[in-house]
Amino acid sequence: MADIEAPVLGEYQIIPKIKLGTMAGSMPYIAKPDIQAGVGFPKELVPDWENVAVKKLGEMVSESRALQVFLDSCVKCGACTDKCHYYLGTSDPKNMPVARQDLLRSVYRRYYTFAGKHFPKLVGARDMTKDVLDEWYNYFHQCSQCRRCSVFCPYGIDTAEISMAAREIMDTVGQGQKYCNEVLIKLHSIGNNLGLPGPALANTLEGLEEDVKDDTGVDVKYPVDVKGAEVLLVTPSADFFAEPHVDGLIGYGKVFHAAGTSWTLSSHASEAGNFGMFIGSNKDLHKVARRIREAALELGVKRIIVGECGHAWRVAYSFWNSIIGPFDFLDQRYPIPQHICEFTYDLIQRKALKFDKSANDDKVVTFHDSCNVARASRMGNMPGGQFIIPRAVVRASVNKFFDMAPETIYESTYCCGGGGGLLTDELLDLRIKGTAPRMQAFKEVVEEHGVTHIAAICAICKAQFTKVLPYYKFPMDTIQSVHGLVSKAIRLGAVNE
Amino acid sequence: MSAVTVIYALLFYVATAILVIGVARKIYIYARAPQPLKIPTTPAPTTRLGVAARMVREVTVFESLFKANKWTWLFGWIFHFCLFVELIWHLRYFTEPVLAFLPWMQWFINFTGYGMVLGLLGLWGRRFLVDRVRYISGPSDHLMLALLVAIGASGLAMKFLVHTDIVALKAFFIGLMTLNWQRMPADPLLLIHLTLVALLMIIFPVSKLLHAPGVFFSPTRNQVDNPREQRWVAGWTAKLDNTKAAGN
Repeated sequence: MADIEAPVLGEYQIIPKIKLGTMAGSMPYIAKPDIQAGVGFPKELVPDWENVAVKKLGEMVSESRALQVFLDSCVKCGACTDKCHYYLGTSDPKNMPVARQDLLRSVYRRYYTFAGKHFPKLVGARDMTKDVLDEWYNYFHQCSQCRRCSVFCPYGIDTAEISMAAREIMDTVGQGQKYCNEVLIKLHSIGNNLGLPGPALANTLEGLEEDVKDDTGVDVKYPVDVKGAEVLLVTPSADFFAEPHVDGLIGYGKVFHAAGTSWTLSSHASEAGNFGMFIGSNKDLHKVARRIREAALELGVKRIIVGECGHAWRVAYSFWNSIIGPFDFLDQRYPIPQHICEFTYDLIQRKALKFDKSANDDKVVTFHDSCNVARASRMGNMPGGQFIIPRAVVRASVNKFFDMAPETIYESTYCCGGGGGLLTDELLDLRIKGTAPRMQAFKEVVEEHGVTHIAAICAICKAQFTKVLPYYKFPMDTIQSVHGLVSKAIRLGAVNE
Repeated sequence: MSAVTVIYALLFYVATAILVIGVARKIYIYARAPQPLKIPTTPAPTTRLGVAARMVREVTVFESLFKANKWTWLFGWIFHFCLFVELIWHLRYFTEPVLAFLPWMQWFINFTGYGMVLGLLGLWGRRFLVDRVRYISGPSDHLMLALLVAIGASGLAMKFLVHTDIVALKAFFIGLMTLNWQRMPADPLLLIHLTLVALLMIIFPVSKLLHAPGVFFSPTRNQVDNPREQRWVAGWTAKLDNTKAAGN
């Protein structure tokens, strides 16, 4: 464990007084020239980068109604100021959503508005300078694009959109982020964020089949590249081996097995996550997602189901139809794409699955709504299904379940602190502080109800919690995959009857 | 024709032109800018009707702000509601005969001027008292509040302290609208009130007051949550062609 002091949790969440500059030094590693080049960005700051940045900003604003409206409309009412988990955890006022937006809005105003051109001091307009760029680099990498601020803004201003735009501008002028761009290189060349090649994937899955056979005596298959399968499963690559992710993958396989649905993974599209969104690059967003369309066509599947992953589900649910549609080649009777929780929930509703909840009686479980599932997507056919369906799946698998405080779940859920391209070790301090509001809410149910585990449906949440829970004196295996719980409780075949 | 009349006649023509053209231009820009992806803040309505209802709640009872902060909501809502009533009420200076429902509002008007100023002072107080809001407040934010408070206060002063010749004032404005200029009553309070109002009209299209048209165009609030059911493309997503064998 790195030597980082976690915030001390109190009785309840407080709104801290601002402390200037506490996170001014927090920044991820800057991408080296070869990494920049690998994603097609300039290797280093381009000549005349100030003007390049300003021009790029102008283009992006003219091509996005969201940016246009968001940059104009803020009245500095302060509604968002106490909503960001990074502000609550760090007290740095530049982590208040409005202040974060203003880092970019000040430049927009200077070059693209009457008031900013003629009265810059009056409206806080700033020239594009290296200091400004560096400030962008620090603070736009302290936003997990979780959209909590957008719930509370009276105009729906979404800081995630602003962060994405700022990151795209920084990549364009040659100051990109190492972690995200490295991941994208692996994705583009191999097909997943981890750089796990096809044969290694097949090997891993074979190992899983043996493990499950040993555990349950049932031949549950974990197929890859099977042409003609009914379902293509696209899941975050962390599911292939990280804990607790892999328990989730085992669970998906068991559910498919119980349902008798033929399915396959794809070695070409072995990643649900889409870092193109994190860095605000439309080109990469599309390129990453397109592998999935290609795989679905190549394998001739009829349905696409997405595994447990938050930002990925946003891209899949909200963006896929726009960027890799139309999906006229898939079976129109099912949602396209469908979330694995929707699939399992549907089977539960039809009483097609058998559970022995007592298998999870060693746990008292709560559910962490992952930010992008909660505020940027849906499940089922009613608004809010993204809250109801995963909980129903958890409750089908465990006897003891308690929700955290209402102001910290559903649409008000706190981010895990590691989303949006921040899940890298050099940002650990930020990640530990940023998770404080979630840990606070968790601590309250631990004390009140004896909760022992948090279930989640996001690869980043799972990895982040595994890392940061110990700093708050909780065991790292406190975090569970929802389908890990399903996996434990589901009964398959004769042996387990 | 006095100099005051000419100056204020021209001022209001110019201010009106800037307000109307400036805001129309911005609305045109908002309407024309593509929104390439679906980004409603969910849970969001799944039908157009549902979105209309969400928008009505947003602009009438400030639903999101209510979730965010009760004090800001309270002061903000009081201010906006009173301002809205006052704007309607002021139609009596521009319509002859006056709109039928205006006389019914007579009683309300005893309070709305105070309500406006009270709401504004509450909001302004937060800019000093709450450290987070103090941090994000710039000179223009304070000046905007000062301007609105001054408009409200000068209006209140004319209503309750020093009456002005509203018959002549009405003749002046109707004259402006019918291109038949009439004398402008040169009461100091009225001149202050009108100057500030004209200033507000002029800065509207270049200031944060654009939140008024902006909210209707905000994709997180006005988009229907139906990306799976109905394919959405605009801007760069409309230019993609995934059906080409070679890809793009």
